[in-house]
Amino acid sequence: MKGMLPHLSRGQLLCSYGRSLSSAAALDSIYDVAIIGGGMVGSALACALGRSPLTEGLRVLVLDRAPLPEVSTPLGEAPELRVSTLTPASVRLFSEAGAWDDMAPPRSAPFQHMQVWDFGGNGFVRYSAATAGLPVMGYVAENRVIQAALGKRLKQRTDFVDFMSPAVLQSLTLPAYAPDIQAGVQSNTLAEVGLESGQTIKARLVVGADGARSRTRQLADLRTFSWSYHQRGIVATVRTERPNDTAWQRFLGTGPLALLPVRDGYSNVVWSTSVAEAARLEALTPQEFALNVNQALQGGSMPARNPMLPRASSEDFAPPPTVFAAEGAKTQQSFPLALLGSGRYVRPRLALIGDAAHVVHPLAGQGVNLGFADVQQLVDALAHAVETGRDIGELGLLQDMYESPRQQENASMMTALDGLKRVFEPQDGLLASLRGLGLDMINGSSVMKRQIMKYAMGIA
Amino acid sequence: MSMGAALSSSRGVHTSRRTHDVPQPSAAGTSAAAAQGPAGQSMDAQEVAKFEAMASEWWDPDGPNGALHTMNPLRTQFARDAICLAHGREARTVQPLRDLSVLDVGCGGGLFSEALARLGADVTGVDTSATAISVAATHAQADPAVASRTHYQNATAEQLQQQGAHFDAVVASEVIEHVSNVPEFCASLVALTRPGGSIVVSTINRTNRSYAVAIVGAEQIMGLLPKGTHQWERFITPEELQEHIERAGAERIGDSGMVMNPFTGHWTFSADKAVNYIMSFRKPAEQQRNP
Repeated sequence: MKGMLPHLSRGQLLCSYGRSLSSAAALDSIYDVAIIGGGMVGSALACALGRSPLTEGLRVLVLDRAPLPEVSTPLGEAPELRVSTLTPASVRLFSEAGAWDDMAPPRSAPFQHMQVWDFGGNGFVRYSAATAGLPVMGYVAENRVIQAALGKRLKQRTDFVDFMSPAVLQSLTLPAYAPDIQAGVQSNTLAEVGLESGQTIKARLVVGADGARSRTRQLADLRTFSWSYHQRGIVATVRTERPNDTAWQRFLGTGPLALLPVRDGYSNVVWSTSVAEAARLEALTPQEFALNVNQALQGGSMPARNPMLPRASSEDFAPPPTVFAAEGAKTQQSFPLALLGSGRYVRPRLALIGDAAHVVHPLAGQGVNLGFADVQQLVDALAHAVETGRDIGELGLLQDMYESPRQQENASMMTALDGLKRVFEPQDGLLASLRGLGLDMINGSSVMKRQIMKYAMGIA
Repeated sequence: MSMGAALSSSRGVHTSRRTHDVPQPSAAGTSAAAAQGPAGQSMDAQEVAKFEAMASEWWDPDGPNGALHTMNPLRTQFARDAICLAHGREARTVQPLRDLSVLDVGCGGGLFSEALARLGADVTGVDTSATAISVAATHAQADPAVASRTHYQNATAEQLQQQGAHFDAVVASEVIEHVSNVPEFCASLVALTRPGGSIVVSTINRTNRSYAVAIVGAEQIMGLLPKGTHQWERFITPEELQEHIERAGAERIGDSGMVMNPFTGHWTFSADKAVNYIMSFRKPAEQQRNP
């Protein structure tokens, strides 16, 4: 096989995953889009570009430190700890990109309801897909399943996408923001991506999809704002006493706890709490941890329907299921929680997407969906550019058609999640009861509920 | 900031009032100011100098040509659709103008030329400003895909016509208002088009509103353009443009107004042709070429 490499086509050669590519001839050419990072969001962009006949003509490169994962967790085995909630908008993106079939149930779990309630107060809000006339509110899938489905799809699309790995970004040369003829400076020179291997790739657009600690963002000199919540999130895989079709979320004194259905009757716990509490919970046995989850979900007072609110518009509170330690699952793990945003998402010939541009609190499972929404917007912008003869790396295009709409959307989600998180910060007494009242009113108002639900489902 | 492309066009293409019996291939031996453009132009030295100074800022979207940058996608769409219609092609595809030759008369720094080249056309851009041509050629060099499909020449439409050149499509955007002999210029555009090919012209109408926007607003109040960039009397109404081109042997296919939202800088097509407008023509296939 190796001896035959020079005779293989470009696609075959570059798609020989897992090893550095040495054929200089294949790399001399220019890529339209060079995606740094083949994670969920980077792979989704590559897949989505292949969806439209307009962007399908682009030459796309995905490069990553690691080979593109192609293997899903085998069904029957306990799910991975890291999962994502997929909104109907994200599901649509994957369907159109031809990657949904490998993520759809039984590989993921749909949920029909979402219930949010408070530990101290009486307030609760319950959403149902049926209220919005939809079959599901969303799906929960392991990150590994999403990644593998996208990887598999990319492998089928070697006609327009190349994958290079291991490839480590070392330098990034981008054109100036504005031309200066006297100084001989242009704003349209091609971007140059320098790799640790010494290889250089030229591209009309570089997309940073390399996560919260994006090296691309750093090399592009784009500043960020961030703050820590001084909290950690603990993730665990559990079993539930009865089938789970609801995304449960309870606000505890120390932070929110979410219980999401995964697949095969498993559920996933995402518990945000103080650093000290996280250390304690992480050290527990899975059985002890499950006990703590049950206390957190079932302790305190259970809300009752507010008799002041109209019956028709409010849904009754449902008690959460009891959870058990899942055999064969990895033990619970914790990770730090932070909020991060890049002041700008674009430069001439550069765009940041996903966590490289913004990191939110995992509260509503929105993090990766914001990234997938970035993908959708960027694909639309590039399709427009192809159609109207614009340079896909032109600053004005990236600003007006990608950065500006996404920054507005992401900022409002970041503010909403951060605000929601702050509202539910450890406190009791008056504020807690006001909070309860607020949830009650949301639950009682069908218009407001529908709005919030649509927003959470990415269809607002 | 700017009030429309009405104020941003600083194309330096001019036809001569003289006849073209003796076209000069180069500017050798002419005066210093005129030496910046090929012989055959009728623009005065001061005007040429103005355009030369602005030419260096062609590619700065925040510069004096900012409105041309924002208008570019719109006029490109219009030209794409018109050319595709004339050649029976599907417009909303990848490189719909592939293998078609297009002449961009008064190409300036190459904004329009590059967009048409990205749509697949093989573009020849001509301009009387040597600086603009140099800027355009240098800019195109950055991307081999653009460089290979753009060819810039410091020439006038009339000179190309003398050379017997023909193109599948000819575009002249924000140029005709600077031309001294409009009928002759229009005749050149049509003569340079192959039978069955298309012609796209965009310019500024001669109305009270265009006077207010282009002259009073842009030049006198806002100071966005040097005074005298535009001469309102030279602006051409859609009816006049149609008459000139039709007299030269092509028929009008369609037109549209182009309006810029002064707050967002975003351009849209509009029925309102009082200031900026764009018009397409088709040269009948059966028409005999000029010998």
